[in-house]
Amino acid sequence: MMGKFVWTAGGALLCAATVCSAAQSLRIGLQEDPDTLDPVRARTYVSRIVFTSLCDKLVDIDQKLQFVPQLAQSWAWGPDHKTLTFKLRTDVVFHDGTPFNAEAAKANLERALTLKGSQRRNEIKSIESIETPDAGTLVLHLAQPDATLLAQLSDRAGMMLSPKSFADGDPSTVSRHPVCSGPYEFVKRVQNDRIELKKFDRYYDAKDFHFDRVVFLPIPDTTVRLQNLRSGGIDILERLNPSDIKEVKGDASLKFNPVAGLGYQEIFFNINNGPKAKDNPFANKLVRQAFQLTIDRDAINQVVGNGIYEPAQQPFPPASPYHNDKYPPMKPDIAKAKALLKQAGFTTVEANFSFGNTTISASIAEMLQAMAAQAGIRLNLRPTEYAAMLSEEAAGNFQVDMRGWSGRVDPDGNIFVFVTCDGSLNDGKYCNPKVDELLKQARTVLDVEGRKAVYGQAQDILQQDLPKFYIYYQPWPFATRKQVQGFKPYPDGMIRLRGVSLS
Amino acid sequence: MFRLILRRIVVAIPTLILVSMMIFSLQKILPGDPVLAMAGEERDPAVLEFLREKYRLNDPLPQQYLAWVREVAQGNLGISLRTEIPVTILIAQKLPVTIQLASMAIVFSVLIGIPLGILAAVRKGTRSEFGINLFALSGMSIPNFWLGILLIMLVSVHWRLLPASGFVPPTQDFWLSMKTSLLPAIVLATAISAYLLRHTRSAMLEALRADYIRTARAKGAPEWSVILRHALRNALMPIVTLVTILFGELLAGAVLTEQIFGIPGFGKLLVDAVFNRDYAVVQGVVLCIAVGFIALTLLADVLYILVNPRLRNA
Repeated sequence: MMGKFVWTAGGALLCAATVCSAAQSLRIGLQEDPDTLDPVRARTYVSRIVFTSLCDKLVDIDQKLQFVPQLAQSWAWGPDHKTLTFKLRTDVVFHDGTPFNAEAAKANLERALTLKGSQRRNEIKSIESIETPDAGTLVLHLAQPDATLLAQLSDRAGMMLSPKSFADGDPSTVSRHPVCSGPYEFVKRVQNDRIELKKFDRYYDAKDFHFDRVVFLPIPDTTVRLQNLRSGGIDILERLNPSDIKEVKGDASLKFNPVAGLGYQEIFFNINNGPKAKDNPFANKLVRQAFQLTIDRDAINQVVGNGIYEPAQQPFPPASPYHNDKYPPMKPDIAKAKALLKQAGFTTVEANFSFGNTTISASIAEMLQAMAAQAGIRLNLRPTEYAAMLSEEAAGNFQVDMRGWSGRVDPDGNIFVFVTCDGSLNDGKYCNPKVDELLKQARTVLDVEGRKAVYGQAQDILQQDLPKFYIYYQPWPFATRKQVQGFKPYPDGMIRLRGVSLS
Repeated sequence: MFRLILRRIVVAIPTLILVSMMIFSLQKILPGDPVLAMAGEERDPAVLEFLREKYRLNDPLPQQYLAWVREVAQGNLGISLRTEIPVTILIAQKLPVTIQLASMAIVFSVLIGIPLGILAAVRKGTRSEFGINLFALSGMSIPNFWLGILLIMLVSVHWRLLPASGFVPPTQDFWLSMKTSLLPAIVLATAISAYLLRHTRSAMLEALRADYIRTARAKGAPEWSVILRHALRNALMPIVTLVTILFGELLAGAVLTEQIFGIPGFGKLLVDAVFNRDYAVVQGVVLCIAVGFIALTLLADVLYILVNPRLRNA
């Protein structure tokens, strides 16, 4: 024990005296501790932030959500839209020194498709077979055209692990020490404390990455996270509390870097899921429309969001090419709301409204309650603990609730599973065959304008049927110390460290 | 003495079994499905089913419990459902952190609480007693999280004396470790020292009223000797028990303090595990806390006998 202590202390001294004094490290404060570090099974936003520095993907996105090369230098669709061919970089090695090539990419995609408990299988299940004519070419043969595929491969499904690292078949080997090919390699993880990465010298663009170490520190308390930033304990933090925006803007040693994200906060109705739907006034379309007409999205943005909760009327955020100008955020109209309620045969209605038990959710819920009351819609507030809420939602044990969706690059990920009859997240069991047909069709249209038109048709129905409605787009408010140079926020909320440095 | 220890250990076994059964069934009563909490936003039905199978959540409860007991008997506490790190490793990582923090907090509160408690008893009715009581009252009523944030703002942000949060193990850098754990230890010690102070004060007041004190004074013993050697030794007995029990409570978790200071300790591990319905971790940690508590009460009994010779033959 003592020996170890002397050794480490000595090492630290040596380190301080020589090389390490010049070494720069970047510390990033996260709101929670990431889950498993296996890209095929990971499921949290914060783990994606870690992966962004650790694991390169086939393709990446830019700030305007356009696809840009990463491990693949170029790609092309076949004439029948059922093959997708990637030209891969040939100068890439994994952190364990083995080369990245088409065979490795194939092994990764096959793992994502076949591993038990894979969270990625659904995302790329259109892949029928994979061919590798040479080391630099990867050909995906699809069962049917799939417009969502490229977007999936720009996220965790496209992250490439060293095949050697998962050869033993034990998935926990990967999560304990992920071996990828990104600009930083894994050093260690202490749960609830830190995840440490160090610079990978053989990265093909290593010159653009300026830190020797990147440390991710989960600091759940928003106030403490901010105080750490102010005291220099961390350099970047994600998800600044909206109520702290003023303080950050007023502090010359900090920079505020918000970006409108891909996700949204929404109101979800139980229309047809189990007995709770039977006596739910919101099972009636007119009552849902009346409720929406009481909502002042701007007021929520100003009061709770301090201006960063951009009002949302549709599932596609303004940054997305699929955002449709036909649906600007609706203004409240109490008289019309009352009229709709009357038309439905009610003067007042009452329902239980569930939401997560966080301060922000509670403030929004209270505002919604007051707004709805103006038209005679009485909401009983039911703050619910997160894990309990998840299972109540799935079981249909709710009347109306508020929930968030973190958002996907491809529009399909923001709409399909919520409103199609068998959608895995369609907890209200709304079902309209016409909507199903349109949303399935949209998956196969590869050109943006054509696809946008199909989504437009689906939106026309959904805005009337209103199985759910949107309140605001989830922002990613980052704050950094003034010394952090070159940091650019992306709509997907990831922290890309290319070109970022400390002055 | 040895018979006492032996008897205690034998009694401890059914206690542990009972605790583990209780925590096992309580967790299942909690609303919420661990698989849904684990499966992520997409909730792919194939994934849900696979996870249920893998963690035997489809089995009847008694069967699940027996499977767990079999593993524990072999020294295997299972793996975390959320991060796939073995629970024994998690405990080995977090326990030293919490022990360090708890020890520092206990040392601080003994150093503050007991002398102030003695002073308050001796100076009964004076201004200094009033001041000490005020300190005790505020120590007990100021919420930990508020004091913690206040100290961070003052000491770390304003004066820049100590790191705002985080933890460094002493094996890596001893002084930095002391620096990172100083503020949380102070926060924890504030409440505990107030508690100790009140108990010391009342125990001392009682002791000072006793006949043997009058006798000691009558035979001309100096005042410091009356207070420290005669009164304190008798007053100390309930205090010793109190300190060990407080130490046990600190081990079970200083959740809020750990949360505020971003300390990867036992309390935070347990609370996160409950929120994520990470059954294996909850089970392992609670078992470990129960063992710790039983060991500490045993220690309290032993110490009690050591400070009180009258009990040695009992």
